[in-house]
Amino acid sequence: MRVTLPAAAVEPSCYSRLTNEWICGQYLVDRQADLIDATVEHILITVASVAFGILLAFPLALLARRYPRFEATILGVSTGLYTIPSLALFPLLVPFTGLSATTVVIGLGLYALTILVRSILEGLRSVPDDVRESATGLGYGAGRLLLRIELPLALPVIMAGLRVATVSTVALTTVGSLVAYGGLGNLIKDGVNTNFRAELLAAAVLCVVLAVVLDVLLVLAQRVLTPWTRGVTT
Amino acid sequence: MTVLGDTWDYLTTGANWSGSGGMLELLLEQLLLSVTALALALVIGLPLALWLGHLGRGGFLAINISNIGRAVPTFALLALLVTFDFPGRGEFGPYGRAGLATLIALALFALPPIITNSYVAVREVAPEVKESARGMGMTGRQQFFRVELPLALPLVVSGVRLALVQVWATATIAALVAGPGLGRVITDGFFRTNYGKGIAGAVVVAAVALILELVAALAQRAATPPGAGSPDRVDEMSDDSRTLSTAAGSVGR
Repeated sequence: MRVTLPAAAVEPSCYSRLTNEWICGQYLVDRQADLIDATVEHILITVASVAFGILLAFPLALLARRYPRFEATILGVSTGLYTIPSLALFPLLVPFTGLSATTVVIGLGLYALTILVRSILEGLRSVPDDVRESATGLGYGAGRLLLRIELPLALPVIMAGLRVATVSTVALTTVGSLVAYGGLGNLIKDGVNTNFRAELLAAAVLCVVLAVVLDVLLVLAQRVLTPWTRGVTT
Repeated sequence: MTVLGDTWDYLTTGANWSGSGGMLELLLEQLLLSVTALALALVIGLPLALWLGHLGRGGFLAINISNIGRAVPTFALLALLVTFDFPGRGEFGPYGRAGLATLIALALFALPPIITNSYVAVREVAPEVKESARGMGMTGRQQFFRVELPLALPLVVSGVRLALVQVWATATIAALVAGPGLGRVITDGFFRTNYGKGIAGAVVVAAVALILELVAALAQRAATPPGAGSPDRVDEMSDDSRTLSTAAGSVGR
């Protein structure tokens, strides 16, 4: 016989050891603080990882475009990184960054990098040559051409990549629980280890919801940023 | 960097590789598990996707299954499957302590790339080619086997390759929920603060992942007809996103 928790003795809740139900509203209320903390950590790790990925991907994409010789190398190396399973990548980073959130952010950033470099390159390539030529003819320098003409026009393609990168980062963040920084993944791991069904299901569902919410936010951001595409693409 | 020294020691000690529970056994276990799951997913997904692609129906499902697969965390699904009261947890033949849960999760994760790529591959065969095939008097079946399938093969194989790498990665994660395979070396090392061991496991897993990827790339090259221009590493991913966007377009239409 298992020893029941004191709280459960007073009023048996649906997440007590004996019932252990999958869906339990009482759990959501009682452990609200845990859930919110984990979700906030999850969001922070995801956002930091994607930001880190963009920070690396942008110069690399520009480099690959400027010097086609590097393109195959940059794409090859980043794809090679993508092949490495996340459960293997995190431990490989541990000797350098320790058991910290940094390990997770760097690992996930490297995964995001693969998707982002490709989409930034493709986005910049999707800008028609005549547009670029007219801008040069109007006296745009390289920097202004990039910021004012090319980037805005490349934005739809870049945003498509950013959405893919963000959604997969949200999912992968859970694996960060290996080094104890996995956001909702920590709850999932705890749920498996202690056979706590309500916690497990709630955390898993929150992960998917988080991915969908971030995806929708990015779609909205894209609409605001590229008003000229409205009506053309759905 | 004593950790790296420990890692090297662990990797170079023969006893860690041989015997029951040794890395060699775990590696074979994980390979067997991955291949079985991939075969399972191929048997289920391939005919369905190719047939739907031939008919040109069900595009919404075929495309969106990839997006859904991306949003659902591997780890979460594995955790749910393992905690679920499954028949056949515990011992499961040569698959060790895997049970059905891991196998099901792996097969599920192999499905999206296989379905999406195969569907798009058949769907995107040039309409002129399909029309000429029909004009030559080919039946639907002939059209599929003689025209569409050969032309679609490179993209289909690229989907299988994606699935293979994905399954290998997922099989590693299975260790987080006490599944079989090499991932166990990693989690063991971490939970017992023997980081050298954990990192040694990671090195082996990463190396095998890269080898699998290379082998699959060679297989893909072999599947590409000589005239089509071999789709190398670089083209393949952009191909993927391009076909995805065109396929999304066809859904709207």
